[in-house]
Amino acid sequence: MTKRFGWGRLVLLAVALVLAAAWLAPIAWAVATSLKPETETTKLPLEWIGSRVTLDAYSLVLGTGGIVKWAVNSLVTAAVVTAMTVLFSAMAAYGFARTSFRGRRALLTVILAGIMVPPQVLIAPLFAEMVSLGLVDTWWAIILPQVAAPLIVYILYKFFQDVPPELEQAAFVDGAGRWRVFFTIVLPLSRPVLAAVSIFTFITTWNNFLWPFLVSTDPNTMTLPVGLANVVQGTFGLRYAQIMASVVLAGLPLLVVFVLFQRQIIRGVAHTGLAGQ
Amino acid sequence: MTTVAVPASAAAPAEEARPRRGWTQHGLLFVAPFFAIYLAFLVWPLLQGLRMSLSSVNIAGTNDRFVGLANYAEAFGDPRMWRSLGNTVVFTVLSTIPLVLLGLGLALLVHNLRFVQWLWRLSFFGPFLLPSAVVSLLWLQMIYPPEYGLINGALGTDVLWLGDPSTAMWSMVLTTVWWTVGFNFLLYLAALQSIPHHLYEAAELDGASAWHRLRSITLPLLGRTTALVVVLQLLASLKVFDQIYLMTGGGPGDSTRPIIEYAYDAGFTGYRIGYASAVSYILFALIVVVSLAQLRLFRKSEEPS
Repeated sequence: MTKRFGWGRLVLLAVALVLAAAWLAPIAWAVATSLKPETETTKLPLEWIGSRVTLDAYSLVLGTGGIVKWAVNSLVTAAVVTAMTVLFSAMAAYGFARTSFRGRRALLTVILAGIMVPPQVLIAPLFAEMVSLGLVDTWWAIILPQVAAPLIVYILYKFFQDVPPELEQAAFVDGAGRWRVFFTIVLPLSRPVLAAVSIFTFITTWNNFLWPFLVSTDPNTMTLPVGLANVVQGTFGLRYAQIMASVVLAGLPLLVVFVLFQRQIIRGVAHTGLAGQ
Repeated sequence: MTTVAVPASAAAPAEEARPRRGWTQHGLLFVAPFFAIYLAFLVWPLLQGLRMSLSSVNIAGTNDRFVGLANYAEAFGDPRMWRSLGNTVVFTVLSTIPLVLLGLGLALLVHNLRFVQWLWRLSFFGPFLLPSAVVSLLWLQMIYPPEYGLINGALGTDVLWLGDPSTAMWSMVLTTVWWTVGFNFLLYLAALQSIPHHLYEAAELDGASAWHRLRSITLPLLGRTTALVVVLQLLASLKVFDQIYLMTGGGPGDSTRPIIEYAYDAGFTGYRIGYASAVSYILFALIVVVSLAQLRLFRKSEEPS
């Protein structure tokens, strides 16, 4: 907006720098603490760097093995949820946007109404259901309820309505069936919106806490947030360097991915967050 | 907004060139896999929850008798239910105001700075990508503790941030603002970037000051975004659970316990699934009211402008 470099902009920059420093400080403090010898983590006055910089806390945390296992569990469940959500939601959205069958409107209404249902109010009946299905402490208990995300169907449904029908009709004239049109024409055309909802789904699943926390009691099936909450606090007691090393290890993957794919992640979160508005 | 305007959505499925016929082409086949999972893991528990809220069932599935509205009557007469519902509402009000205003402020700031965008985005949006357990452990163990915690250590104070009922809820709000303001920041940033540049150029030619341009162009054009951000934030705040459960466990006393935690306690530590469902459905009713406002907003955006 302003082309010249004036005092106004300098003030803006100063404000931004102070706020950014305040926002980064807690993360920096976690990193700083994780690099201190355990005996110096609660020393006063506060010091950002201890008498020596050490990776002891990291090797101890990684040595106990839990955190790596939980990260793998998180990665697998988040990847499966994302793949299933995007594939099944895209199929359903295409069915609603481009085919006509008896009951189409009714089914669509039932799904759209589900956008209002917060998963948190379903924990009691859903847990009872998982118990009767014998799925507690399995990945499927973590995965399946997270795939039932009507918002994603809604976003893709709106997107498919805007894809020009002529593109598909040319293929229909050539004798292609709906499935081939869907997989070879519609999906490739939709890559940006599919990327957006995939990124959003992956992030929310990776970070989800309450539901995985309820259905995993076995440290072997726990996801990263659940393992941290359950086990780290209990077993590490007051060993702050190790707790902060766990925090850094658990928080780092998505932050690194964010730095690498900033543009795509921002678009994905903004687009899906606004429900494609 | 970031995306193309959506034309009237009534467009019926194309009728001109028909695909091959046959059962494999039936539209229901496309819908079926999602709908099956949706029925099993959303609709079914939703109906079961309603049924359970009218029963005395416990977590083992026994003692499953129909009790009518007794659970709801008990909940409405239960001071701890009201306390936790009140906590959720207080948290929602206290957190929504700074989360919306600060989100807007940060977006305006960053939008006008035009350089090292990656640094601002990483700083303000980065925390949003951290799992709640990471955020909670970090603030619980290294930021809030008296004496050596970062805040007290830096300020030289000795406040019991989480241990004092008068500061605990504010501490929850502070952590939540730090953690999630990046989401609103991002939505506002996207909205700012979609404002056509020529509007500002015209105003600048007319000699409008920066403050005037903000007041008469930017803020009015952000009106719809603000409505959406507020509704999304209300919905998110009403569902608060993770950080409070992990940092204070609802305490000290009941001073921070949100309604979801109260339902969780009733069901999973008190084993009264029926009562827990009734408490959950009271929150659900509140959320439906806010969601209906949201649906109205969405519908409005689908109408051609």
